[in-house]
Amino acid sequence: MISRIFKPKIITLPNGKEVKQPRSMLPLVVVVFLVFTYFSIQLTGFNLTVLITRINHFFFILGEMIPPRFAYMNRVWDPLLDTLKMSLLGSAIGAALAFPAAILAASNIVKSKIIVHLTRLILSAVRTLPTLIVALIATFVLGLGTLAGTVAIAVFTFAYIGKQLYEIIETVDMGAYEAMEAIGIKKIPAFWLAIAPQIMPVYISTALFCLEGNVRHAAILGWVGAGGIGLILNQRIQFRDYSAVGMILLALLITVTLIEALSHFIRRRLT
Amino acid sequence: MTLLTPQEQFLRAPRRWPFKLAAALIFAAVMVWSSSATQFTGAGLGGAQIARNILMGILQPNTDLLFNFTRQSVLYLLLETMAIAYLGTTVGAIIAIPLAFISATNIAPKPIVLLGRLITIAIRTVPVMIYGLMFIRVTGPGPFAGLLTMSLASVGMVSKMFTEYIEDLDKGIMEALDAIGCTPFQKIRYGILPQLIPDFLSTVVYRYDMNLRDATVLGLVGAGGIGPPLVFAMSSFRWSDAGAILIGLIVLILIVELISGRVRRKLTRGV
Repeated sequence: MISRIFKPKIITLPNGKEVKQPRSMLPLVVVVFLVFTYFSIQLTGFNLTVLITRINHFFFILGEMIPPRFAYMNRVWDPLLDTLKMSLLGSAIGAALAFPAAILAASNIVKSKIIVHLTRLILSAVRTLPTLIVALIATFVLGLGTLAGTVAIAVFTFAYIGKQLYEIIETVDMGAYEAMEAIGIKKIPAFWLAIAPQIMPVYISTALFCLEGNVRHAAILGWVGAGGIGLILNQRIQFRDYSAVGMILLALLITVTLIEALSHFIRRRLT
Repeated sequence: MTLLTPQEQFLRAPRRWPFKLAAALIFAAVMVWSSSATQFTGAGLGGAQIARNILMGILQPNTDLLFNFTRQSVLYLLLETMAIAYLGTTVGAIIAIPLAFISATNIAPKPIVLLGRLITIAIRTVPVMIYGLMFIRVTGPGPFAGLLTMSLASVGMVSKMFTEYIEDLDKGIMEALDAIGCTPFQKIRYGILPQLIPDFLSTVVYRYDMNLRDATVLGLVGAGGIGPPLVFAMSSFRWSDAGAILIGLIVLILIVELISGRVRRKLTRGV
């Protein structure tokens, strides 16, 4: 379609043969980019002078956070562990629910097009919901606290792993499964014996990867009252108690790094 | 060596049950430990009613809010969110390019690589909300702060992926260009850029997709976009307004996801 608007350049070679060189899309891309940028700058009020003259204020909070107040750490332990528990349980529930959903969304296992597309639609729709909004809704429905946070994490994990997993299921080697079906093994045992071993390592590895992200996410959930470390983080920020904020962030950083190291170790063993 | 019957072969399968049992026990223990944080607070007794209200709000959205063009309308807010994500991603990508080059082991010497990676890790460590607060001190609340926050939040992932692409550069092409006597400028223009640009653009498009989803988070600290109206509508129980905003957001994200998927396929595979 594009090549019809921008006619390719025709070059006649010395031997009389004509070759077509497609026109470069670069000018068009540059124009579109500049137009988008111009309107975005208008809409957002981007102002370089403000940024340059006031950038020193950016480091104000950072300066206040250092050094972190280590004495505050004994108030950090409980919410930090809550965050960790929320992420672990939420990830496990979400991953467990994602497994059957991914099977229903895999077009090589389930032959009914309606079920496949319906499941995919649900997964996509759930994935578009921002985690924070899910957490907010969960606090309305289930009350403030870690339960709401756990549910929000589970919902997010469910949608993420569900999508990853059905894409993986669709690329597995179907030979063994078809052979088992051919000798009369029922669908579910055949799936369990022929396909599950192929997807298990990737499934567990995706779940662990999701857990890593969830620990980071869980820190934000406290903002809407869904429990965990975000709660005290929000509170300390409102009191402008930045040395305590520094301590919370440091504790969070160490936790996230430890979880990531552990998960990397397990994932390397898996694959 | 005699041929085994399938039965004998089956019995010879490696015995991994002690390992599996240990893994299952550890998993169960972790789950029990983490469920200790999740208590029913009892505040969710009216939960079913609220859940129904939310659902009704989404089913009967405030169409007036959805379809007018004032500064409070859903369409304007979505446009603003898109502009924030667009500029945020662009600025983030621009910051990420030099960082990626100095973090690539095949370009920069070792000490500089270490420095580049340290900067990237340091930028990734601070949660998005904190960046939001820091930038609000610079620019005041509003979309400008949001786009700066988003750009800094994008740098970590984008620069990490850029680095991987740079490290995967095909050296053979450079040597071939060297052999036919190209100048350094020509080598960059015809040897490096064609290899990098599709992957770089694909990463940026993917990040734009992510930033659009994350834009709601910025609202919590007052950094513009669709987040604050949504959270306000929900906390003041205006469900039909919240429903209108949610529908707008979900439709926008689905459309952008569809387009970005197409664009990325075109960029990386050329179809």
